[in-house]
Amino acid sequence: MTLAEKILASKSGRRSVSPGEIVVASVDRIMIHDVSGVGVFKVIESYRARKGIDSLKLVMASKTWVAEDHFVPPSDRKSASNIRFLESMASKYGIERYYRYGAGENYGISHTLALEEGLVRPGDLYIGGDSHTNTAGVFGALAVGMGHTDVAYALMHGVTWLRVPETIKIHLEGSFKPSVMAKDLILRILGDIGSGGADYRVMEFRGPALKGMNIDERATLTNMTTEASAKSGIMEPDDLVLSYLEEKTGSRPRPIASDPDAWYVDEHQYRLEEIEPMVAKPSSPDNVSPVSEVEGVEVDRVYVGSCIGAKLTDLRAVARILKGRRVKVRTEILPASHRIYRQALKEGLIDIFTESGALIGPPTCGACFGGHMGVVADGETVVSTTNRNYPGRMGSKEARVYLASPLTAAASAVTGRITDPGELM
Amino acid sequence: MRIRGYVHKYGDKIDTDVIIPGVYLKEHDPKQLAKHAMEGIDPDFVKRVREGDVIVAGRSFGVGSSREHAVYALRYAGIRAILAKSFSRIFYRNCINTGLIIPIEIGDDVYRSLETGDLVELYVEEGRLRVESKGLELKIGPPSRIVIEIIRRGGLLNIDPEELKRIASQ
Ligand code: SF4
Repeated sequence: MTLAEKILASKSGRRSVSPGEIVVASVDRIMIHDVSGVGVFKVIESYRARKGIDSLKLVMASKTWVAEDHFVPPSDRKSASNIRFLESMASKYGIERYYRYGAGENYGISHTLALEEGLVRPGDLYIGGDSHTNTAGVFGALAVGMGHTDVAYALMHGVTWLRVPETIKIHLEGSFKPSVMAKDLILRILGDIGSGGADYRVMEFRGPALKGMNIDERATLTNMTTEASAKSGIMEPDDLVLSYLEEKTGSRPRPIASDPDAWYVDEHQYRLEEIEPMVAKPSSPDNVSPVSEVEGVEVDRVYVGSCIGAKLTDLRAVARILKGRRVKVRTEILPASHRIYRQALKEGLIDIFTESGALIGPPTCGACFGGHMGVVADGETVVSTTNRNYPGRMGSKEARVYLASPLTAAASAVTGRITDPGELM
Repeated sequence: MRIRGYVHKYGDKIDTDVIIPGVYLKEHDPKQLAKHAMEGIDPDFVKRVREGDVIVAGRSFGVGSSREHAVYALRYAGIRAILAKSFSRIFYRNCINTGLIIPIEIGDDVYRSLETGDLVELYVEEGRLRVESKGLELKIGPPSRIVIEIIRRGGLLNIDPEELKRIASQ
């Protein structure tokens, strides 16, 4: 069995499962945020009212955590009252692990917190009320995004139903050129398999090249499996992951791996040194081309943010380019979490950014989903380190959004044109 | 389950950002969301759509975010079934688990036979689609048992885990 099949077998109390079967599986962890959480509690409250239940116990309350990330800091009264509602529901139902923005050790984007706080472990079935929940597959969990009703059901009963997915193997060898990052690789993969290329399937990344990537870079790969419509992205936890989680949580997780004779529905191979800096052109993440084919396109704005594009590794990459240079176009940099922000401050990255003329924002989803904090206008051309450029995703339907690596985004900020970062390194 | 309504036809990759743009995600009232259904691709959709209508679409319908808002917006605008060449999985689950929309996968031929404005009658369990306006009868689906069962029962929350296990193993 593959990793994903092993996890589903173990969670549904079976010796083995095969793709296509429907299983009812027990859930280990749940995440909700200020969009999905509000929806989840509305579903739960209306269920309670409909059935005339006075006090409802959520069996998963202690295994669930809440992050405020989409509309924070609130930009209007509706988002502000959603946050109040979420807080009151979490306390009513006894969910104690609550990452309040602007208060505490750490807060920020939900998927980033999952990694930084070590909230998910190898072998877990982890479901989150957000499509990029896939990101946590970097730890060897089956991390699946779901909607409000699904999450509400899991919160109440501790189980969910799933179709056992086929697994696609992505085998990686070699190492990146200095101007290339994991973002370029996942864009290339998306271009090859298309946005529906992993429908109902899991993408398992394997191969010696993973050893050369840190957790941030690996998480870039699992994050954007969502854009291939994958059920999840997953990797076998290696020593780096096991030691990292041990350090974060105080106990070393048990490893888990695919069987050597596991069956894969499809297989793709990449040599990392052959990957060029890539972009996804407007208006789909699979509409990719090498930077060299769009070099020189004039840019109005650069956005560095989100769960995929504002991790510490991403900010360091941006700083490498911006150091001692000035940005030519509006550049917004929003670290993915408070912890990243603080670390960036310690390392002098924030100094480099402010000296370059860029704007530093708070840890929030912000304009990644067109919510606030820099939504884009009609006719604007934007280079963004985020993961989606569907029409209207970042604001206007008439904007042109190019998805790129942090290096390419920073290089484009400096020249005001889409630029191969290799030219500034 | 039997559905009768008019077809609204779209192409591939109708993503959740065009079904209901992100800025409306702070809204959780389905009736308010319905006012903006398909705003990103077809601003006149909400004026044309009637209760019980059907969307016909190409590949990867609902690709993108997990927002259940997309299902609420379409259902409260009137849509009861979506026939697409393929669905993005979270959207597909949301249709089923809310019990609001019947998602059915169709082949190229069925996609080609249907046009915006066709009046269709859908017999879900039988996997039959009558195109009244053209006097055509097509075979589609049917969806798997668990899908039919959850929708028939009005959504996942109306089924307890023991029953769910029974349905899943059938
Ligand atoms: S940063 Fe963007 S992709 Fe990530 S969770 Fe927030 S809205 Fe979604």
